[in-house]
Amino acid sequence: MAEPLEPKRAPEAGASRTLKMMSRATYIQEALLKNLFLTCAIAAVAGVALIFFFVGFRGWPVIEDPGLAAFLFGSEWSSTLGKFGIGPLVTGTLVVTIGALVFGAPLAIGTAIFLSEIATPTVRGIVRPAVELLAGVPSVVFGFFGLVIVRPFVAELTGSMGFGPLTASLILAVMIVPTIATLTEDALRSVPPGIREASYAMGATTWQTIYKVLVPAAKIGIFDAIILGMGRAIGETMAVVMVAGNAPQFFEGLGAPIATITSQIVIDMSYASGTHRTALFGLAIILFIISMGLVAIVRALSRLNAKRS
Amino acid sequence: MGKRWTNRIALGVLWLCGITTVTILGAVILYVFVRGVGQITPEFIFTKPHGVNAEGGIGPTIIATMYVTGLSMLIVTPIAVLAAVYLAEYAVQGRLVDAIRFAADTLASVPSIVMGLFGFALFVEVMGLGFSVLSGALALSFLMLPIVMRATEEAIRAVPKYIRWGAYGLGASKWQTVSRIVLPSALPRILTGIILAMGRAVGETAVVIFTMGQAVYLPISPLDSGRSMTVHLYMLAMEGINMDAAYGTALLLMVMVLFFNLSARWLAARNRRLQG
Repeated sequence: MAEPLEPKRAPEAGASRTLKMMSRATYIQEALLKNLFLTCAIAAVAGVALIFFFVGFRGWPVIEDPGLAAFLFGSEWSSTLGKFGIGPLVTGTLVVTIGALVFGAPLAIGTAIFLSEIATPTVRGIVRPAVELLAGVPSVVFGFFGLVIVRPFVAELTGSMGFGPLTASLILAVMIVPTIATLTEDALRSVPPGIREASYAMGATTWQTIYKVLVPAAKIGIFDAIILGMGRAIGETMAVVMVAGNAPQFFEGLGAPIATITSQIVIDMSYASGTHRTALFGLAIILFIISMGLVAIVRALSRLNAKRS
Repeated sequence: MGKRWTNRIALGVLWLCGITTVTILGAVILYVFVRGVGQITPEFIFTKPHGVNAEGGIGPTIIATMYVTGLSMLIVTPIAVLAAVYLAEYAVQGRLVDAIRFAADTLASVPSIVMGLFGFALFVEVMGLGFSVLSGALALSFLMLPIVMRATEEAIRAVPKYIRWGAYGLGASKWQTVSRIVLPSALPRILTGIILAMGRAVGETAVVIFTMGQAVYLPISPLDSGRSMTVHLYMLAMEGINMDAAYGTALLLMVMVLFFNLSARWLAARNRRLQG
């Protein structure tokens, strides 16, 4: 972003002071304000640290009771038996996340390609706001919609009550479409137009240009988009609680109730105490670490991307 | 099959993707509207729920939702805007700025249930605020911070450099330039970010359920407990006792969220027109 006209650093209060262009009072005021702004900026860092510290502080005792191994590798979650193994919850999260990506990612990427390469301005003026508004629909409304509309269909299809991984995946798929579509479209738009023109000049069709030129050129951005969509699916709570069935058991079929890490927290939190509550905070730590890890991956990738181009 | 045909089929599929996305949004809005519109009466909006099946209205939950959203907006706006001013105007790129950005990105992606548990542990229990509007607003402000911060930073960066140079050239100090030149011209886009963040806060469930409580009260003081519209909808739907009220609540919730989103879009479009 280096503009030739721009000075290397913005004029700073300290530099001006030595030139005696400023009264002492102005200098002090400027310095104080700058530090106030810095303090506010550090609030974001402090916020993350605070969340990690507090949730960690409350979840830490899982190491002693039920014990780290029993917590991480246990295959049973039952508050009445006092067993808190996260196995079924992790597989539940994994199943619905994979399901959401299978249904949602192609739809989202297709929509993004449509928006950036095919749609006329008028059509884009309808589809893009729709994608953005979809992102604003509260998750509890999606959950409600899933409960009253999608669930009966799934029930018919699987011959069950319809609470389970399939319904949850379908709802999550819709919820991650805006995330993936918006970021994929950004990635496609940042591909220089010259590359498209070169491809068309060689006699390629629109589709050949899309899948042989544009998608490979934007692949890191698309990958980022999928990872962030995955993060959204892993962390989504209310919509999943409303349609997953909330039985902490291993995957038994598309229509059999399951629970995810997030849904189990909501269901148990209202009555949990003692070790049980500690274990719920332990689940929150795991979610926090996963989401931070995904952000770190995306940042590393974009750095890689910046270096390459 | 020639490349023309492959092209046609592929483009057809991509059209279908675009249409599907719009249809899904349309279906959600239309369904909620059709099933909910019959419920919306003055009584439903202004009175409070009563009886075992939550008959009556949802008045207190609307008040609670607006109360907690407004309060969190008041808490988060000064911090987020000033932080963005630092990042866009004062900061020299380096480790600290990197750390701040990483923290903001992480904050933006922390699952809301984790925020809810955090708010419960810190505000409700340790700080002793109990289940209250204030606890809910403080927890929500963590959710809104990265949204407002990013919008403000982008707004400030979009202000052309030469306007600043004009101010410096007239002998204005840094703060004078920022407060009288940069922030006023960035204001519409900052407002857009704040409104979008409020839309997020209105629709948030997992954060407020563990910080503001679930009891239906009409909150007066910030230390009162309350039940938000989202929590009300969640409980009605899960208990399945009064689906009519659930549809009505869902409709009002959607109207509120759409209002925030559309006014943000309207503001952004108006701003583009005035500047373009």
